[in-house]
Amino acid sequence: MLRVGPGLAADFIFCPVVRSFSLQYLCLETMDSCDTPESTPRQRASSRLKDYFIGATPLQKRLESVRRQTSFVPTPPRRKIPQCSQLQEDVDPQKVAFLLHKQWTLYSLTPLYKFSYTNLKEYSKLLGAFIAAEKQKGLAVEVGEDFNIKVIFSALLGMKGTQRDPEAFLVQILSKSQLPSENREGKVLWTGWFCCIFGDSLLETVSEDFTCLPLFLANGAETNTAMIGTWFQKTFDCYFSPLAINAYNLSWMAAMWTACKMDHYMATTEFLWSVPCSPQRLDISYAIHPEDAKALWDSVHKTPGEVTQEEVDLFMDCLYSHFHRHFKIHLSATRLVRVSTSVASAHTDGKIKILCHKYLIGVLAYLTELAIFQIE
Amino acid sequence: MSVLRPLDKLPGLNTATILLVGTEDALLQQLADAMLKEDCASELKVHLAKSLPLPSSVTRPRIDLIMFVVNLHSKYSLRNVEESLHHVDATFFLGKVGFLATGAGRESHCSVHRNTVVKLAHTYRSPLLFCDLEHHPFLQKDCQMVSLPRTMEQPPRCSAHPARSPIPQQPERGAI
Repeated sequence: MLRVGPGLAADFIFCPVVRSFSLQYLCLETMDSCDTPESTPRQRASSRLKDYFIGATPLQKRLESVRRQTSFVPTPPRRKIPQCSQLQEDVDPQKVAFLLHKQWTLYSLTPLYKFSYTNLKEYSKLLGAFIAAEKQKGLAVEVGEDFNIKVIFSALLGMKGTQRDPEAFLVQILSKSQLPSENREGKVLWTGWFCCIFGDSLLETVSEDFTCLPLFLANGAETNTAMIGTWFQKTFDCYFSPLAINAYNLSWMAAMWTACKMDHYMATTEFLWSVPCSPQRLDISYAIHPEDAKALWDSVHKTPGEVTQEEVDLFMDCLYSHFHRHFKIHLSATRLVRVSTSVASAHTDGKIKILCHKYLIGVLAYLTELAIFQIE
Repeated sequence: MSVLRPLDKLPGLNTATILLVGTEDALLQQLADAMLKEDCASELKVHLAKSLPLPSSVTRPRIDLIMFVVNLHSKYSLRNVEESLHHVDATFFLGKVGFLATGAGRESHCSVHRNTVVKLAHTYRSPLLFCDLEHHPFLQKDCQMVSLPRTMEQPPRCSAHPARSPIPQQPERGAI
């Protein structure tokens, strides 16, 4: 395992490497006009005149316009830097404190059929009975385990992006205390919560009977997650699938979270790359002082309030070229596996830990987007 | 600095030469072996290169088709292809260049977005094929079926036009 500590980041502030796609040598005159949105109207008009004078037949012109429409290249995404949304200020920090500093495993969930928020108590009883039955079946038998468990469904108020988003809700498995007289809440064995933040693209497509909560986060034993998943799948006709985060999305997260303004930084910014080589895998860990990372981001960032693909690529290229200069290793040929900042940390296997209360909604919004993308 | 030009050498008779450019040596070798096993109307030669420009010290036949191989799991391969594109003459892009993107199947390992490669191919007006060249027996066959028919039908078009060749020859087969 190769570690690069923050000490090496001292000479980090340098001119960012400017990389641009230069196509000046390639000139196919008739086609260029549709690809340069910056071209002035005069240039566009003159090329149209040129077509006209060359004697393009109406059929050719029509083919050309159809060709321009169908050769659609999707524009790269622009995303908003997470800000404190208005809705979040209504959320009591104490109530959501238990969501922070915990490692959550991510799943994407298709819309729930005929789920109602008024029946939460009933669902608690049904799920509790289901889990008790499953455990007695011998599926998850552990010696000395207390089978007296309690399931609680509760609504999580304020965990939404817009008013249209459905309310988030929480499922907890608690162990009942042995002494009934004490009436104390037992230890939390497993926690899972469902939420939807800015899920407009999915909400528009489903009908009234469905509740869209595409993001599911679970913390606790894997066996419990599987059992609860089975119950939900049977009861609400939905489908869970693990949400993996690929290197492309991890680099977006790194850029977006570095862009967040923080009063004080709790943790160093750290990246982990996995180099696929036999026989043993090599991991490269690269730690940067968070203020240096923010300074680098500020030198790259242009449009206020938004993050573009070019800025993310430039940010990551700066890190790669700095590393290459010192170690002659091309990090761009390896796979980014983990990103950890003061806002949150994410692993490619779909594990996330949110550290900052202020940007909780922002982090969840991006994860919701990934979950919706996986469902569709 | 040598730039690849499509018409700077005389064509070989009934021969087609394909140049594969990419950073992943093992994948290129696999693809080349699979291509050579296929039946082709003309004689097929496959050259492999890590990047352009090619060393000028070696004599090589005229290149009829260049396939740039991008591995979606590695940003480095994309950068390498982008650098190499600068060493190809503009007239090559009139049907003699193609892009091959590998690794789209394993979405969790991708560091390059599919749209980046789509945009690249669109900018250069060249076809883009997606395939998976990883060491997987099923996918290898798929790769053969998907990419080879396309590349196989192109070389016969590129090989010798008897009208242009000054050498008197027997009637050609499988041309154009």
